[in-house]
Amino acid sequence: MSAETYLQEKQQYNDLNFTDFLNKVTEEDVLQVLTKNRISRMDFLRLLSPAAQKHLEDMAQRSRRDTIRNFGYTMQLFTPMYIADYCDNLCVYCGFNHNNKISRRCLTMDEIAKEAENITQTGLRNILVLTGESQKYSPVDYILEAVEVLRKYFDSVAIEVYSFSEKDYIRAADTGVDGMTMFQECYDKDIYETLHPGGPKADYEYRLDAPERACRAGIRNVNIGALLGLNEWHEEAFFTGVHADYLQHKYKDTEIAVSTPRMRPCSAGYAPRSIVNDIELVQYITALRIFLPRAGITLSTREKPRMRDHLVKMGITKISGGVTVAVGGHTKGEDDGQFEISDQRSVPQMAQMLYAQGYQPVYKDWQTLI
Amino acid sequence: MTVSENDYLEIGGKILTSRFFIGTGKFADNKKMPEVIHAGKASVVTVALRRADLKSTEENILDHIPQDVVLMPNTSGARTAEEAIRIAHLSKAMGCGSWIKIEVISDNRYLLPDNQETLKATEILAAEGFTVLPYISPELMDAKRLVDAGAAAVMPFAAPIGSNRGLRTKELVQILIDEIDAPIIVDAGIGRPSEAAECMEMGAAAVLVNTAVATAGSPVKMAEAFSQAIIAGRTAFLAGTGRILAAGASSASSPLTGFLRREEV
Repeated sequence: MSAETYLQEKQQYNDLNFTDFLNKVTEEDVLQVLTKNRISRMDFLRLLSPAAQKHLEDMAQRSRRDTIRNFGYTMQLFTPMYIADYCDNLCVYCGFNHNNKISRRCLTMDEIAKEAENITQTGLRNILVLTGESQKYSPVDYILEAVEVLRKYFDSVAIEVYSFSEKDYIRAADTGVDGMTMFQECYDKDIYETLHPGGPKADYEYRLDAPERACRAGIRNVNIGALLGLNEWHEEAFFTGVHADYLQHKYKDTEIAVSTPRMRPCSAGYAPRSIVNDIELVQYITALRIFLPRAGITLSTREKPRMRDHLVKMGITKISGGVTVAVGGHTKGEDDGQFEISDQRSVPQMAQMLYAQGYQPVYKDWQTLI
Repeated sequence: MTVSENDYLEIGGKILTSRFFIGTGKFADNKKMPEVIHAGKASVVTVALRRADLKSTEENILDHIPQDVVLMPNTSGARTAEEAIRIAHLSKAMGCGSWIKIEVISDNRYLLPDNQETLKATEILAAEGFTVLPYISPELMDAKRLVDAGAAAVMPFAAPIGSNRGLRTKELVQILIDEIDAPIIVDAGIGRPSEAAECMEMGAAAVLVNTAVATAGSPVKMAEAFSQAIIAGRTAFLAGTGRILAAGASSASSPLTGFLRREEV
């Protein structure tokens, strides 16, 4: 692999007809893939085929085995902290869309400290900070100031904000940011452009390159994902997995993780273009695990408790708890959030569920060294 | 438990009660670790400092390590010598003693160690007085440099971490055992007690196991099994069965050197 960017890497699949390929996969092909120790990218795609669904239990068993071997009976816990929801973007599916008439906030450093204090009571020693994209209300300086405050409360701080320049990712790493999450949302450029008609996020390539800029900047954990529901899912799942593979191969010292968010209704009133059902989600997660045995897989609160409890055993390595998707939600409770969550359980309740399933909840998995 | 009164392993001035080192961090419940550690009569327990949380009253992994074993914090998560050194310093500041297992891994796909960075960290930490046990890819000259730099033992992997694939690096590990003047502790990749026994038969000083015990159906039983296998392998090594000439070498029907005897007659 010698591509300079993921965009270049991705171009080799421009002529691939996904529907044709997927429909031609036989059960025999799937069984053959499952006998291999390491599988190729096209094998990964075979595991996303309709034929593979007939061997979903085999995939789940293999996924569970690989996950336990690599990560043990442990599950990392995390919670998001929304600190600002002003946004210049026009993402048609997002509650923070610039044109949405919601009351917006931007927390002060004192308010951020208060939120942090509340979250540390749960035992969590890591935090994921989120903002909308607003150079006026949440510029890089504001986010990094917040990181400095949060470092007093947490051993590890990650950000899920807008795309930074490489220079700003280096500043973030120097400030103590250990992780970054950046969802491409949709890997199909044409559809991406219709879904993101305005604001800085409309630049498909700049966003696609963001995880790589973070890797180059030395951020330890880089978490990517497609928002399932925005496009036909097989293609999105494939390009997410290949993106993770590309980054893992090229930036060996970065821990690459993948999230598998599925669209929920939100206040923007957007109806998902394609529905990913439960079977397909399990297929995606287990195929990802078999393809990338060492990659983290993160499960969000968009899923319902029953689904989350089962998925814990099938490849997930990191799960959220005590979630609020509203700014200041850890202090003041819910408001208009970015999307609706489906699992209201607190961190202690999640820990209890994990113990009941035979998993050790991990509240701390890293300590910033700067 | 040692094999005999005269056969003990001493590292960093400590006489160890067994040749079984055990890893943590993959157990379903940290509270069950003491039972596993005791069942396996493990003498050294390694803990990832990244997971230690002195602020927590409930979930600090260090609270579950029995007092009668040697605590060996490790630098898991370090990508460079500098990070490993910082973690070692943190470990000391947290009161975790002077032992440190250096793990420098800048490959997240297979978790293979970076010998060069490991050597840099070893040089500095050994000079500072740490008892340093570096985790390495089995390579003779690197092992030699590590010992020259002050490593108290050398820990080559049998196979990649968590792979349970057994002693894939057998030839290289045997060379280290034969040539390095320090204990060789086989670490990572051991999936079965029989493989641990094999390491010990070859002359390894000890074996470190994590995944194979933590993910067993019964970690307690599996720890016991490893304990027995390690003792059996060590006993076999001391009994002198560790080296067996290749089959056929000593029983050729037409010996090449037979003429020497004929001439003598």
